[in-house]
Amino acid sequence: MRLENKVALITGGTSGIGEAVAEVFAREGAKVAITGRNESRGHAVTARILQSGGKAVFLRTDVRKAAECQRAVDETLRSFGRLDILFNNAGVFFPQTALECSEEKWDLQIDINLKGTFLMSKSALGPMIAQGGGVIINNSSGWGLVGGDKAVAYCASKGGVVLLTKAMAVDHGRQGVRVNCVCPGDVDTPMLPEDARLRGLDWKTYLAGCENRPLGRIGTVDEIAKAVLFLASDDSSFMTGAALVVDGGGTAD
Amino acid sequence: MQLAGKVALITGGASGIGRATALLFAREGAAIVLADLNADAGHRVAAQITQSGGRAFFEQMDVTQAADCKRLVERAIREFGRIDILFNNAGVIRRATVLELSEDDWDRVMTVNVKSIYLLSREVIPHMQKAGGGTIVNTASGWGLAGGAKAAVYCASKGAVVLLTKAMAIDHGPQNIRVNCICPGDTDTGMLREEAQQLGEDHSRFLAESAKRPLGRVGTPEEIAQAVLYLASGASSFVTGTALVVDGGGLAG
Repeated sequence: MRLENKVALITGGTSGIGEAVAEVFAREGAKVAITGRNESRGHAVTARILQSGGKAVFLRTDVRKAAECQRAVDETLRSFGRLDILFNNAGVFFPQTALECSEEKWDLQIDINLKGTFLMSKSALGPMIAQGGGVIINNSSGWGLVGGDKAVAYCASKGGVVLLTKAMAVDHGRQGVRVNCVCPGDVDTPMLPEDARLRGLDWKTYLAGCENRPLGRIGTVDEIAKAVLFLASDDSSFMTGAALVVDGGGTAD
Repeated sequence: MQLAGKVALITGGASGIGRATALLFAREGAAIVLADLNADAGHRVAAQITQSGGRAFFEQMDVTQAADCKRLVERAIREFGRIDILFNNAGVIRRATVLELSEDDWDRVMTVNVKSIYLLSREVIPHMQKAGGGTIVNTASGWGLAGGAKAAVYCASKGAVVLLTKAMAIDHGPQNIRVNCICPGDTDTGMLREEAQQLGEDHSRFLAESAKRPLGRVGTPEEIAQAVLYLASGASSFVTGTALVVDGGGLAG
């Protein structure tokens, strides 16, 4: 078990990549606190982990609100006594060009994807530094490294996450906190069919487009979770400020 | 054991990162084909693996010679029947500006660091294709992504490794062969000491300078080996064409 006695806080842990990471971390021995805005899905995830003999709590949290981020960290410390790993994963996506994107949708994506990462990290860094170190992993995207069609706010937010990661790595490396991000390509999460629907594309056509990459398929949430596990564990002890691309070769060209 | 039943071929396996990776892979269950110019050290690593109950052999060879690469792969297939993992790790460094660099040194660095990957990969890939897939990991460098002082040919060679990696990932992804590279920062190997010597710098001052990065230290060969293991194992099954930076945050700022 690679995360024995560790405590992990995972935002957006009620579905998709966050849910898979919560389950992998719990299997590897970590106690996990998951946040989300959907209470029933959150409790379903923690119930599954508890049934497998793990330890988990759900903390209803809107990562756009500083007070709620602080409460999520406080509650994690109250439940499990420490905080070793923060996975900033909560994210939303609306496929829009700059002309189509409303100011409200711009703010929503920047606030959840980027500002939420800042707010959660701000609350988590104190306890991590006080206990001698920790690990932060941010969920960026292949579209945090290259542009994509109809994704202005999302690309801006994810590009921001990549450089926020590097800036925090520079600031907190000496305090024993490693900060890295993952950049997934298209993965079998609920975000994918939702994107197809919003773009008005039928699923088959849309999926064929997603599969058009060197490995010829989309990724699974487990494959992203294994990358996050690598970054969260001591196996990556000399890594900080890195962007780990997990995209089946989608951004190789 | 993450590599049970696998066969790994490692160039530059007699010392440093190659040696640490060979020992780690063997512990994870892989049979090891070790290649290096240095026969004494190479035989010692192979003996260390076999004495611990692992399977390994050493072949003295020159990665810049096509005939040597062919012979090495033939022997690997003869003895172990397959090659699942190719770690192109052999490398040399010359610390000099273009004005100081001889043409011979230019050719030497480019052939050892870059051409060798081409020569060996073209021997190994057909066997991987026949077996239904495989993994190639190349050793690039932080200096394959950013420039460095008095390192013109080394930067050129490692930049070439990064893009050769991506090009091969595109060509061979459809055959289920993943191709990635690692970009280590300064690591505690013989090469680092040799750099101080080439630059005529005091040893301890050079090492102190190398430690100036967010994590405040140089890496260990074992830490780089863990990153290679991630890329070589099934844990990275959706990762191809990627440059994995393992540098204690050296490039983050």
